[in-house]
Amino acid sequence: MSVLFKTLGFSLGLTLLFTLVTYLLPQVKGEAPVEKAVDLGSLTMESFIALGDEIFHNKGTCTLCHQPAPLGRAPDIGGEDMVALANKHLADERYQGDAKNAEEYIRESLLHPGKYVVAGWGKKGSNDTESPMPMVDKPPIQLTPIEIDAVIAWLEAKDGGEVTVALPTAEAAAEVASAATADDSGKAPAPATTAEEALAKYACTSCHAMDSNDVLVGPGLVDIGSRLSKEELRQSIVDPNAVVAEGFPPAMPPDFASKMTVSELEMIVNYLAEKKG
Amino acid sequence: MKQTESIYTIGGGRLAAMLFSVLVLLIFGMADVAQADAGMGGTQERIAPIGEVRLAGQPPVEVSAEPAAIQEQETQLKAAPQPSRSDYPNIGVSSRAIVWVLGQMHLFFGALVLAVPLFVLLIELVGVYTRDDRYDDMAHEFMKISLTGFSITAIFGGSLALALFLLYPDLMGYLMNVFGAQWLVYAGLFFFESFFLYVYYYGWNALRYGNLKWVHLTLGLLLNASGLTIMVLANSWATFMMAPSGVNEVGAVVGNIWEVMKGPLWNPINLHRFIANIAFGGAVVGAYAAFKFLSAKDPVKRAHYDWMGYTSNFIAILSFLPLPFAGYWLMAEIYAYSQQMGITAMGGILAWLFIVQAVLIGTILLAGNFYLWSGMSRTDGSERYKGLIKVIALVLVVSFLIWVTPHTLILSASEISLLRGSHHHILGPLGIMPAKNIAVNLMLIATFLSFQLYRRSDKVATVSWAPMGNALMVAVYIGAVVNIIFLGVYYGYFTNTVYKVGSSVAQVVTTLVVIVSGLVIDSLMFKKAKVLPSHWGRIPDRSQYALFALPIAFTWLMALMGYVRSSVKTHWHVYTVMKDNSPDNFIPTIGYAGNMITLVTVLFLLCVLFMFWVANLSGSKQPKPGAVAAGGEA
Repeated sequence: MSVLFKTLGFSLGLTLLFTLVTYLLPQVKGEAPVEKAVDLGSLTMESFIALGDEIFHNKGTCTLCHQPAPLGRAPDIGGEDMVALANKHLADERYQGDAKNAEEYIRESLLHPGKYVVAGWGKKGSNDTESPMPMVDKPPIQLTPIEIDAVIAWLEAKDGGEVTVALPTAEAAAEVASAATADDSGKAPAPATTAEEALAKYACTSCHAMDSNDVLVGPGLVDIGSRLSKEELRQSIVDPNAVVAEGFPPAMPPDFASKMTVSELEMIVNYLAEKKG
Repeated sequence: MKQTESIYTIGGGRLAAMLFSVLVLLIFGMADVAQADAGMGGTQERIAPIGEVRLAGQPPVEVSAEPAAIQEQETQLKAAPQPSRSDYPNIGVSSRAIVWVLGQMHLFFGALVLAVPLFVLLIELVGVYTRDDRYDDMAHEFMKISLTGFSITAIFGGSLALALFLLYPDLMGYLMNVFGAQWLVYAGLFFFESFFLYVYYYGWNALRYGNLKWVHLTLGLLLNASGLTIMVLANSWATFMMAPSGVNEVGAVVGNIWEVMKGPLWNPINLHRFIANIAFGGAVVGAYAAFKFLSAKDPVKRAHYDWMGYTSNFIAILSFLPLPFAGYWLMAEIYAYSQQMGITAMGGILAWLFIVQAVLIGTILLAGNFYLWSGMSRTDGSERYKGLIKVIALVLVVSFLIWVTPHTLILSASEISLLRGSHHHILGPLGIMPAKNIAVNLMLIATFLSFQLYRRSDKVATVSWAPMGNALMVAVYIGAVVNIIFLGVYYGYFTNTVYKVGSSVAQVVTTLVVIVSGLVIDSLMFKKAKVLPSHWGRIPDRSQYALFALPIAFTWLMALMGYVRSSVKTHWHVYTVMKDNSPDNFIPTIGYAGNMITLVTVLFLLCVLFMFWVANLSGSKQPKPGAVAAGGEA
């Protein structure tokens, strides 16, 4: 019996020692986001900028990556003049985005971070062609347009720059709410019922001419059925980078496999297989 | 209406759940288990991000309702539900705490009963090849002591399922929808596992020799195959919740079951759990052997349980050594899937917990090494290596201290002023990953050296090239240590983060090179070695406490890493597709997690004691009352 008490005492003592270690550490609690209503009547630009500051450091989770060297995994935008940095990047010859000024550049980098990747900060092995940054309006961050405006306002203001973002208005907020309801964002998109619908749904025709061999972004597909088998067509959609047409960059989105339904894929494959020029 | 139904439905389970919680709280005095708020008062630093910002008076952005257009088309696609807080049944006790305890207990026993048959099969196979019945008897005994564990696993698994369906009906409904018939396959596999388990165990002596032994080994193989399939199926649920695949951005299923299962984290978790289970199982049965050793007076029994404890420790430590590498792979995949998730685990609010991890792994390595050093007293040939033990101990202690050094501390204004900054100029650099990578790799190498010395202590090499072999081994060790320190210092402190992470892979490879070189050189060099006598049972009693420290630290570590794995999802049930809106949708403080982990560890300890007691009960026989009386009268 004494062996039982000794071994049990030793085991419990060790367990409690480990528990004690947890109490020596900072007790940090990770709160889930909570809703916050903004009163338009009392909203000033200062409080809007402060809101952006709070979102940048908390809900936006921006500081997980945007930290000073050597801990940072992304440019230290909190520590640098973001407006000057934006203008510098806009002047870079590698810049291929659509922004014309600092505000548009910041917005673009939040919503489409892959448009321009700062040298040295791209995904490993992508040679700075792919950004590791998530799109902030999508899960898990999921900032609303008002929140994005607030972050931009703070980034512009923090180093004394002019804030070009307008304060949200009741009309704008109503539009945001109604647009979100009307365009069914965040809901399961309906599957296409015809090949044409599927092509439109996945914006295939934005890059590929269907009725000619004209090059838009990718090659024309008017005779694709005579060049590729159904299996090859399927592969070129599901895994577009497996074989890239000669002379074209590997620009086709690689995520159709996780977006298309099986019936949509088959409809597109059958449709293309019949295109023999 | 839905809420009323939910509460009404759970009426029966509510009482049981409450009784369970009250019992637990009474035993361990951890009243905060039942509290949703895990705050720590004055020292608590709360991170309270803003959720959705909208103008006062405006409706919230609708994200969950089924769009009319889709309903009209009667589509098969169904987005993940987005339950509101009122959709979660409230039974007055933290739902998460209940699921946490039940889930962790199920995992502990699941890990144990998956691991034991695995190494039992290997030990049985060794027995066949060596024709040494001791191996066969030990394998049989390992099975005997873990047999009750299968029932306990099932009891906790059933309770967990019940709790999940009662407390998180929307989540479970969604997961049922996503995984569909896979649940039936999972349930069906239990029949196979039970069949093979009972035939394997009860048929041990009936299928002991000749060709029948191979039938028995095949049964063991099939038992392991069913067990491992069960594990990987269950893993797919956990990894789907962390990194969903086969569904679109709103959680509607667009892929087949294979695409759903084969998410980016599935195989890393499979490998990690597979290895960890073996280490855990070895450690638990090692505690059994230690207990029996300490209780036994008969030298023959002490020798038997000493050998059993040594074998268990060997299994635990050998499986433990590659575990950090599986962990590296898992973390690399987490970073590749979502850098944000990776940083939440390693650099966000969960980062502190890796200090606790360091304490636990340090305990495991120190205990494992201490046991090996103590075990050297079994042979007279160990005298040769005693000087080296002091060096190994020094390396372990220094590395351990570096590993547990935090990067930042909570400081008062005067302390910050005294330090001239928030980081100490020496301790600050030791607090970041490069220093810890050096420390952990050196600890692994030192542990392997202890293991190697122990293995060598009862042998004298007879091959002519033995001095050359020893010199080569020493060169490998020196080269590896220099390389690990160089990689850590140069790439860790003088280049940017990308290279820092890359260099850790090279450090791990270096450690692996040492282990593989050591195994290869020793197996060749000691092939026809002169074997010195080993005196099983000649080991100090205090060494056996290392065999208790191991399972306690392993159990705590498993629960701690479970807390991290689950917490990196932050406020999501299924990351990015189904939000957690329950009252417990926050990451609790490390202190609260510590209480929960201690609670489950103690519960596990008590259940394991019960398991061992039952195993021994089968060997006890009450004397016939008449015979006792007659003996008394006589």
